[in-house]
Amino acid sequence: MNRRTLYGALLGAGVLAGVCALLILWRPAIEPVTVVPTFDAQQIARGARVAEAGDCAVCHTRPGGKHLAGGLPLVTPFGTLYTTNITPDAETGIGQWSPDAFTRAMRKGVARDGHFLYPAFPYLHYSQMSDGDIADVYAYLMSGPPVHAPAMENHMNFPMNIRPLVAFWNLLFLHTDPIVADPSRSEQWNRGRYLVDGAGHCAGCHSPLNFIGAEKSGEYLAGGSVDGWDAPSLLGMAVRAQPWTKDQLVGYLRGEVVAQHGTAAGPMRPVSLSLGRLPATDAESIAEYVLSLTSSEHVAEVTAARQAPAAQQSLGESLFAGACAGCHAQAAPMRVIDGRPGLNQTSALRAASPRNFLQTVLQGIPALPGKPGPAMPPFAASLDDDQIIALAAFLRAQSNPAQPWPDLSATLHDLRQEAK
Amino acid sequence: MTHLTLNVNGSAHALDLEPDMPLLYALRNHLGLNGAKYGCGLGQCGACTVLVNDKPVFSCLTPCAGMEGKRIRTVESLGTAEEPGELQQSFIESQAAQCGYCIAGMLMRAQALLEHDPHPDEEAIRAHMATNLCRCGTHLRIIDAISRIARREVPHEQQ
Repeated sequence: MNRRTLYGALLGAGVLAGVCALLILWRPAIEPVTVVPTFDAQQIARGARVAEAGDCAVCHTRPGGKHLAGGLPLVTPFGTLYTTNITPDAETGIGQWSPDAFTRAMRKGVARDGHFLYPAFPYLHYSQMSDGDIADVYAYLMSGPPVHAPAMENHMNFPMNIRPLVAFWNLLFLHTDPIVADPSRSEQWNRGRYLVDGAGHCAGCHSPLNFIGAEKSGEYLAGGSVDGWDAPSLLGMAVRAQPWTKDQLVGYLRGEVVAQHGTAAGPMRPVSLSLGRLPATDAESIAEYVLSLTSSEHVAEVTAARQAPAAQQSLGESLFAGACAGCHAQAAPMRVIDGRPGLNQTSALRAASPRNFLQTVLQGIPALPGKPGPAMPPFAASLDDDQIIALAAFLRAQSNPAQPWPDLSATLHDLRQEAK
Repeated sequence: MTHLTLNVNGSAHALDLEPDMPLLYALRNHLGLNGAKYGCGLGQCGACTVLVNDKPVFSCLTPCAGMEGKRIRTVESLGTAEEPGELQQSFIESQAAQCGYCIAGMLMRAQALLEHDPHPDEEAIRAHMATNLCRCGTHLRIIDAISRIARREVPHEQQ
């Protein structure tokens, strides 16, 4: 090979690499629209339902902020992101986005100007939605009041602060297409799967994530964590020691108190409030689908009973009598008046990890203005660590005496640190 | 009985108490601080609200045993009848008290909000105050009183 062909080959390889890099890393801007189109009221109403099912407002509204104007911090292992303004404000929102630009963002995770969106925006799931639903959400979002709210600066750690790297993440994980109905299943089951995998993006929290923050494909809905809470496995819910019936799951999904399991708390609370505003048929479909999911795992082996020390038991018992019994004791007034659950059977107390029980005690369940409940006061400032541990050990001994939580103190310590 | 030292409104008080005694009883019966009220005893009404390390808690559900070393503040820390604090003055100007039973709790919960966020909007005030009830129905006047402080130009001074 003479020098000339060598240079030629090198040049060719360089150009090829450049083209590949361009193809992977570069996305064109899509022309801005200057006139916000108008939509018919029916389409806007359909879009509002899809947006509710997709929980757009849960992330895209900060506490005390304007609806859908963004600004909520999302704390990830890779740094802190702030959600963006998705009102139709031309300058700071999506007012200049055409239907094509919006669809590309939903399906490919690319903003109108061509920059890559972080996958905290669940486009892996939204890409599984139908064209009709995406068009309806667009109509709904573009018809709301525009709010001027510039994006907050993200604080991502190196190397995830380099946005184009998301392109490689997409190469690895973005292989999702609109969901095709399974004709061997019922219409309700198919609707449920569509909501769970599409707009609802349940796996975003309920599947474990790998080291670069993607859902582990082999462990679909097998349980993950979010904001310091456990997002429990959704597999085999119908055949657990304390099984879920469809009615119970529908009630839970819609924010009600379900005597046998409790009520949605933590990050699931706003999701359940959204589902409560949707027609009950949506929660029924989700329950139909979720309860059909089976688990390959067996119920964990029962370990030998290990009682908490007697002193801790008695401290836990008297704390329960003082702080909890008014709502949660056998014949408590609040159980009779307003359906507060007994604790023996709640999912949080039967779970393998004490995390959700401890979080509920620390943070409570916030009251909604104008709503009678369910609500629970936070006890983070009222009870010290020894008291919470004694309370947890006492209640666990009531609900699951064979399996005391081994890691109470460490888990509580972690949660207190995270709350700082 | 256990020997406990409670730090209330800036003073240390050595007391012999049952460790599971609610903080409210210690404040009222042992320290004579009768501002915080017993309403429901269930954490449903908020009349017993006091601040522990700047966070509002229901003192009827808070056992004394965990309170050592914590900074407890009651309505008596805000001012006196002769010299009301500015939040108390605002409640007076808005005529926010009817029977007055809930007001000590309302004041302390509002105080916690204003120390954390000096300029909350009405939505934030409503959300924060949602756990405290007034059976006379003066909620609108209470919100008005808090809003007046929240709208001031001068940032709210921390206690």
